[in-house]
Amino acid sequence: MALRISLTINGTAQEVDLEDARPTLLDVLRERIGLTGTKKGCDRGQCGACTVLVDGRRVNSCLSLAVSLDGADVTTVEGLADGDALHPVQIAFIENDGFQCGYCTPGQIMSAVGLLAEADGELSAERIREGMSGNLCRCGAYAGIQDAVLDAQTRLSKEDRS
Amino acid sequence: MKVFGYERAESVDHAIEAASQAGAAYYAGGTNLLDLMKAGVRQPDRLVDITRLDELKSIETTKDGSLRIGAMVRNSGLAEHKTIRTDYPAVAEALLSGASGQLRNAATVGGNLMQQTRCSYFYDTHSACNLRAPGAGCDALEGENSKHAILGWTRACIATHPSDFCVPLIAMGARIEVAGPGGRRELALDDLFQLPDESSAPGTALLPGELITALILPGHAKTFAGHSRYIKLRDRTSYAFAIVSAAALLDVGDGKIKDARIALGSVAAKPWRVGKAETLLNGAEATEASFRKAAEAALADARPSGDNEYKIELAKRLLVRTPTAAAAGTPPAMPALPGSVFSMTEETGS
Repeated sequence: MALRISLTINGTAQEVDLEDARPTLLDVLRERIGLTGTKKGCDRGQCGACTVLVDGRRVNSCLSLAVSLDGADVTTVEGLADGDALHPVQIAFIENDGFQCGYCTPGQIMSAVGLLAEADGELSAERIREGMSGNLCRCGAYAGIQDAVLDAQTRLSKEDRS
Repeated sequence: MKVFGYERAESVDHAIEAASQAGAAYYAGGTNLLDLMKAGVRQPDRLVDITRLDELKSIETTKDGSLRIGAMVRNSGLAEHKTIRTDYPAVAEALLSGASGQLRNAATVGGNLMQQTRCSYFYDTHSACNLRAPGAGCDALEGENSKHAILGWTRACIATHPSDFCVPLIAMGARIEVAGPGGRRELALDDLFQLPDESSAPGTALLPGELITALILPGHAKTFAGHSRYIKLRDRTSYAFAIVSAAALLDVGDGKIKDARIALGSVAAKPWRVGKAETLLNGAEATEASFRKAAEAALADARPSGDNEYKIELAKRLLVRTPTAAAAGTPPAMPALPGSVFSMTEETGS
């Protein structure tokens, strides 16, 4: 049973033929499109390493059937930077040492982008910790991650005003 | 994962027709079903994708003042909805205390109601489980069962229903609309869930092919908006299932309780409304002594199903703390840590 789906991935329209309905969005991104920035951690919706934006909202791509997302707009970590100019959330993670080994980082960054877009008003450190709880970091870089998201919030609000 | 067929439903009628075949399952948010399929616990032959059914995505106030919520509304969208925030704040708090931001963006109203009871032996295909394989027995009875049921369980199954969202819903007497091969019907949410009996695991009242199309919150429940809380005890402050949770919806005036709606979560195979406690509280003073008496009555029939006697005491304490916090008033803004005991002490002074 061949299934053809269309996805807009980081602004580029892509058509993918699936042999059957099983592949998740995560597997399509990594194995079919070749975008390996999105990471497979637990593959069960528990770690958040596979977080991407689907139609602007952050989701676990490991728990999303690709065939169901036909026509969707997907943003992965590869789609954040504008050429060599990093996204403010990426800059904030570097400036605040928001990672150690880096494996969870694409998911952390995509989750932070999603969280800041969802936020209704300025987020306190505690609301950021709560809002980022779906992203685990086995190195325990949480203090830096929290500081990075706070800093990213400031950077984005300055960008909005300029 | 086993290969399965896939059909995208274009209408509710189409969905019902496609899902009426044996081995079919509805696919909505996927957060519970895909996880179970990856574990090999659920092996549907065909998924019927209902994510494009726009008729299931609206939230509207009906003529009688109820709020009708389409079954495909996402948890995050519902928690953000203005009417939910103002009129049904315990529902918003319960939704936001559950899962993670990513999961709430995917999970749906109907899917939350239909989520499986949780038990690690159900998830482990090498263990005996009456829910996975009727008649196989229950390895949880002699296993790691410190978080299992304390109410309504039998030796057939001691799993708990983990939903946060359903706890205030059961307390307020929410109803659901169902469509199926035999037509449309409405039933109390409380009647959706079936407890285990001596030989069978828990289930639902849905017939083959039936689909939950909407959830209805009674208009009357708005009278509790000023005194509503949902509190959840868990291993970590965020992104963990409840060990025990409670919803308290009160109508309080001059220190007296006019009407109380109380329910517990993660104590049984269904969200557990405690009618005995409500009866004792109606007309009582809104004091710790009243809540304590009601809590004792609510747990009078509780018994441990394993290494979980502590959950009975935990539930009693929560049935004092949660109504106490509710009586102090719904927080003016959603706490930074929804459903957390840490937000209780800071924001209500209780």
